[in-house]
Amino acid sequence: MSEKWYQKTAHEIRDAVRGGKVSALEVTESHLGRIAEVDSKVKAYVDVWNDAARAQAQAVDARIKAGEDVGPLAGVPIGLKDVFCTKLGTTTCCSKILKGYRSPFDGTAVERLANAGAVFLGKLNMDEFAMGSSTENSSIHTTRNPWNLDCVPGGSSGGSAAAVAADECAIALGSDTGGSIRQPAACVGCVGLKPTYGRISRYGLVAFASSLDQIGPFTKDVEDCAIALNIMCGRDPKDSTSANLPVPDFTKALTTDVAGLRIGLPKEYFTDALNAEMRDKVMAAVAVLEKEGARVVEVTLPHTDYAIAVYYIICTAEASSNLARFDGVRYATRAADAKTTMDMYTRTKTDGYGPEVRRRIMLGTYVLSSGYYDAYYLKAQKVRSLIRRDFTEAFEKCDVILTPTSPTPAFKIGEKAANPLDMYLSDIYTISVNLAGIPGLSMPCGLTASGLPAGLQIIGKPFDEETILRTAYAYEQKRGFEMGTPTAVK
Amino acid sequence: MARITKTDVEYVAGLAQLTLDEATKEKLVGEMDDILGHMDKLNELNTDGIEPMMHVLEMTNVFREDVVEPSLDREIALMNAPKTDGEYFLVPKILDLGDE
Repeated sequence: MSEKWYQKTAHEIRDAVRGGKVSALEVTESHLGRIAEVDSKVKAYVDVWNDAARAQAQAVDARIKAGEDVGPLAGVPIGLKDVFCTKLGTTTCCSKILKGYRSPFDGTAVERLANAGAVFLGKLNMDEFAMGSSTENSSIHTTRNPWNLDCVPGGSSGGSAAAVAADECAIALGSDTGGSIRQPAACVGCVGLKPTYGRISRYGLVAFASSLDQIGPFTKDVEDCAIALNIMCGRDPKDSTSANLPVPDFTKALTTDVAGLRIGLPKEYFTDALNAEMRDKVMAAVAVLEKEGARVVEVTLPHTDYAIAVYYIICTAEASSNLARFDGVRYATRAADAKTTMDMYTRTKTDGYGPEVRRRIMLGTYVLSSGYYDAYYLKAQKVRSLIRRDFTEAFEKCDVILTPTSPTPAFKIGEKAANPLDMYLSDIYTISVNLAGIPGLSMPCGLTASGLPAGLQIIGKPFDEETILRTAYAYEQKRGFEMGTPTAVK
Repeated sequence: MARITKTDVEYVAGLAQLTLDEATKEKLVGEMDDILGHMDKLNELNTDGIEPMMHVLEMTNVFREDVVEPSLDREIALMNAPKTDGEYFLVPKILDLGDE
């Protein structure tokens, strides 16, 4: 019988592999077959590890045969955003400057997933160095939205989101600096979580903006999200910013009991800038939870309008510093026949970076430069304190905050490419969460009339992913519809 | 009034170690001016007495025991380098003395 394993959730695959109903190799073959079938259209992957994936799956099968417990992701096929250091294949951040780079080590999140029995299928597309909201800034190709191939899949983790939505892997790993997990998850209709800053070690995640970056999973359902978190979270001596706090069993939060849950709706997020259809979908989701006994309270996040300015000062400043390491000495594609070291630095960077990365390095260098530091960077850090305070005060009145993930559904490829500021403004609902360092999840809350997914964002208190997961699970179980297979890859 | 001039763009490009062609410079003048204009919105806020948020987590120094742990083999550490002599990374001359 040829069961379509590629359509299954990670927990279904894990149970079947552990229960001897299917081999890890059969599951992997099913996904590799799916990739061969649809990825020429979707272009989620930048590198598919066919042989290495089979070898990993066979190793899982051998361990099962030997009576070993292979772990909570036994035989589950996973795709990785190209920002994660892996010994297998290359790690390029979809940048020309890192073409051919082979990491000598696996990052902590990747290593923990491997130890849990996962099978890695390959590397997924992204905006160069995770800078963008559409994957159009990838130096390799643009990923397509599986619901409409003329639309973007969101970004920067657009390849990860599209791969999960199009059934090209069961789970994908992404990173989120200003919305790069939640916005693409919303665009393609899957579940994506950015945990609290510090929950997951960033060791082996190529840095973009170190005070904002966080790793998280893309999954088909909320249960898989909890399982992935259980494996990846926790203190890591290799990342001094990873939080030294106990990690709960997140699957215990998966109940539909939301009686008395206080849902905050921030009035600043429900303005005229929000597409009416998106507002209706989000309010319908709120109504589902109210029916289950949750209560709605209005909250206020008064500094919302300043978040984009703060974000683009801090992230460009940190990026300009982080990206200085790609100088052509220890790695990176060195410009040929440079005469002096300075010449080598300059030509390596000039040839290696795409326009958006170059623009952000320029902005970051400017805001940190002598005479402007106080006016921009220091000012932004002060307003960042105010934004965090807004959330602290709002969470005195509520347990979770519900918002749209994005003001509009996925936009057309090319639509915003000409205007960087316009592209930046599309992150309005996600970036405050990174600035405050708190967790946020996006999940689908329906399809628009034009057949594109709408995303519901659930924001939680610091280190309270459990209440987010409970809210998400309750909504998922009670919403009364399935997203189904995206139309363009049916 | 323009916040950014072509001279500013050239100065910042020098700091960032980037060489820009004329068309890119002109484009960046407009784009950076737009974006920095949006950032000026922060001046609407009085932030006197507000502590800057340097980091999310309230942690200070994170120490570990000072013990030697395994590190990368030299061969592996050098494997991505554009140019080595098998022991060290090689780079062009640091100083251009002009007469060589």
